[in-house]
Amino acid sequence: MMSATGANKFGFAINRSRMIDYDSSDRKVREYITSREPSFRLCFACGGCTATCTAGQHTSFNLRRMNTYIRRGEIEPLREEVTRCMLCGKCLLVCPRGVNTRNVVAVAAEAIRKLERNEL
Amino acid sequence: MKPEGKKRIWAEYQKEIPDDHFFYVRSCIRQTFFAGSEQYFLKILREDLGKDVYEDPRHTTCTGIGYHGDVVPFETIQTVVARHFALATEAGYRHIAISCVTSFGIYSEILETWKHFPETLERTREDLYKATGRTFEVPETISHTSDIIYKFREEIARKAKYNLVDAATGKPLKVVEHIGCHYSKMFPKYGVGGAEFPHVLVGMVESWGGDIIDYPERRHCCGFGFRQYLVQANRGYSLFASRKKFESMEPYRPDMIIANCPGCTMFMDRWQYTIKEIDGITYGAEGHGIPVLTYEEVAGLVLGYDPWELGLQYHNVQSLPLLRKMGIKADPERRFLDRDGSRLPEPANLIDG
Amino acid sequence: MKTVPKHVLVAGGGVAGMEAAGALAEMGYRVTLVEKGDDPGGHLLQWHALFPDRRPADEVRSYLRKRAGHHNINIITRTTVEKVRHHPGGVRVILSGGTEEEADAVIVATGFDLFDAHRKEEYGYGIYDNVITSVDLEAMFNRGRLEKADGTVPSRIGLIHCVGSRDEKVNNNHCSKVCCVTAVKQAIEIRQMLPSCEVFCFYMDMRMYGPYYEELYRESQEVHNVNFIRGKVSEASVNINNRLVIKVEDTLAGRPLKMELDIMVLMVGMEMAESGAKLAEASGFRQGINRFLESGDHHYGNNLSGIKGVFYAGTCTAPMNITDTISHARAAVAETVRYLKA
Repeated sequence: MMSATGANKFGFAINRSRMIDYDSSDRKVREYITSREPSFRLCFACGGCTATCTAGQHTSFNLRRMNTYIRRGEIEPLREEVTRCMLCGKCLLVCPRGVNTRNVVAVAAEAIRKLERNEL
Repeated sequence: MKPEGKKRIWAEYQKEIPDDHFFYVRSCIRQTFFAGSEQYFLKILREDLGKDVYEDPRHTTCTGIGYHGDVVPFETIQTVVARHFALATEAGYRHIAISCVTSFGIYSEILETWKHFPETLERTREDLYKATGRTFEVPETISHTSDIIYKFREEIARKAKYNLVDAATGKPLKVVEHIGCHYSKMFPKYGVGGAEFPHVLVGMVESWGGDIIDYPERRHCCGFGFRQYLVQANRGYSLFASRKKFESMEPYRPDMIIANCPGCTMFMDRWQYTIKEIDGITYGAEGHGIPVLTYEEVAGLVLGYDPWELGLQYHNVQSLPLLRKMGIKADPERRFLDRDGSRLPEPANLIDG
Repeated sequence: MKTVPKHVLVAGGGVAGMEAAGALAEMGYRVTLVEKGDDPGGHLLQWHALFPDRRPADEVRSYLRKRAGHHNINIITRTTVEKVRHHPGGVRVILSGGTEEEADAVIVATGFDLFDAHRKEEYGYGIYDNVITSVDLEAMFNRGRLEKADGTVPSRIGLIHCVGSRDEKVNNNHCSKVCCVTAVKQAIEIRQMLPSCEVFCFYMDMRMYGPYYEELYRESQEVHNVNFIRGKVSEASVNINNRLVIKVEDTLAGRPLKMELDIMVLMVGMEMAESGAKLAEASGFRQGINRFLESGDHHYGNNLSGIKGVFYAGTCTAPMNITDTISHARAAVAETVRYLKA
């Protein structure tokens, strides 16, 4: 029972935790992506994809960070992120580990859609 | 959990705590919010243990609140502390007993600074002499007052009227201990047991019959940073720090929290009320809150002192369920009576049970 | 060497000492191998399998045993070398217990000590039931049973890199070099032993410097689904279910992270051996800022002690893997022979 009057009384509210709690996060999206695009496992977070990314020059889109969030089960930031990619495929050319990065984004978007329809 | 592993660490962090003849320096917060604690520190030391504790009315704040709030420069606070040392020197005392953890941290920081940068000591001597005409000797030891109660914990246990056990079942009470950050995080060697597994309060609780809860957020700060809680815009995260601790200790159903820092005791007590108001959550076994006591209050209960003389009623979270559990007879009707029997104003919004 | 063969004393019966002794013996020198433990073999005795190919450690052990079993080698166990001193006729060696030996040359192969994990108090080694070291994990592999202290099967294990290495707080600024690849090797072994157990490596940098190390790292991700989180674990505690709770920053996400673990494995690093440090102090060997022995020249005189007739072999000079230790021991032998023949 969130008491708005209480918060008003003090003029401040309780901050939310910024901590990733791995035990309460949802890793269904990770599992969905890994099973459909196994090369996703190979990312070692060099950031090459992000450096070359067209979307990343103009928006907050960051494939390297998105991969990390997916792995940790932090899907909230993902919903908006996946819509920013233009699927141009430049990241594919750069990736030193051969991750099918373009497909990772496509499958992530699919996973988010399914999640919203409770199909995951 | 292997207790011998903790004992191994405790053995590595044993500090010198003198046996007698203390120069007592009070805490701004404690003498305001838990005045009984300081009073009973003196009473227990002087009357129960027969020790010599000297107080000088000319002792002032250490200015730690201003120092940590960025308004008092380091040179100034060194000079203020040097003046305290001068008062001790004039009275013939070499052992300082410090009531406040903020002050304790400041004294530690200053002594370490003087040790590593002797020119700062000389400069402070000069500053103090110019300002007050006083001279001082660097004390032989500094102890936090929880160190001193720790040292005499077994003597207190031998005089115990009550133990930290459930009087009905004989089971030990479950106690959360909370150490102020500036007690040992800056200088682990100055704290009994170090910084990761401090022994100072654990030792007291175990000697007096209680069980310690080792919960995941045990080492987490209570959130009482002067610059944080003083500024309203920052207060939300200050508050969140305490809530994080409450949530982490909650599954263990603690009977009480014992703390050695004025700020922690005040915050963890008062924030329970604030969290109740904001989020509607009350912690503790029966939703009566978790009482937060100082080590002197706990020692006082163990020695059989009247809880209302100790001042437990001036906490936001009231201790009646705890007192009942320990088998201490305390009349709730007498909580807010003055010594002459007249009624004192009763604080509003207590968490009571 | 037509007459009496020259005598070389090797201080330390680990990988470097055994290899050096074996190589010298093969060339006809008389060798005394002094080992402080009950048997030669060094830290390798505790290992189950070796990186990067996960071959059984026993294969290398039997090679070394054979090497040190040469008839020209006299092995003295439960003995340490306390002091060496060059004099015009050779090198005088004082052993523990006060016995003296004369040698024509000495090879110092006193090796390393494993970092004592108790010193990282925040990890609770020796306090929390399921905090173990990489060495304890090898012992579990040797027993063929990987389980929690209460005998149950773990479902999540974390391996903490850089325990006692790259850490000013324990006076070790150096990198122990082998822990990263050991963690990857052990992570794979855990996954093979317990396919349903999640495995996480917490690292600051992945230092895959040797041949096939990077490939092993890749395999661990691709084939074995080992997880990697970049960040130094700051503390461990236990929750009410006696499960470990660790705090780390996921530095790639830029956010603090908390995770429950069934077992936490501390990848303990290498420190200068205490016995070697004592010998160095008594004999006037130089130690570097990392406390390992400082050789005559870092690039081309890496086996030279600066004292005539005394040479260094193996991890008494720096952390190294078995391959490099054996090469370093052989190089020490080459220097020794050159000296003896001069």
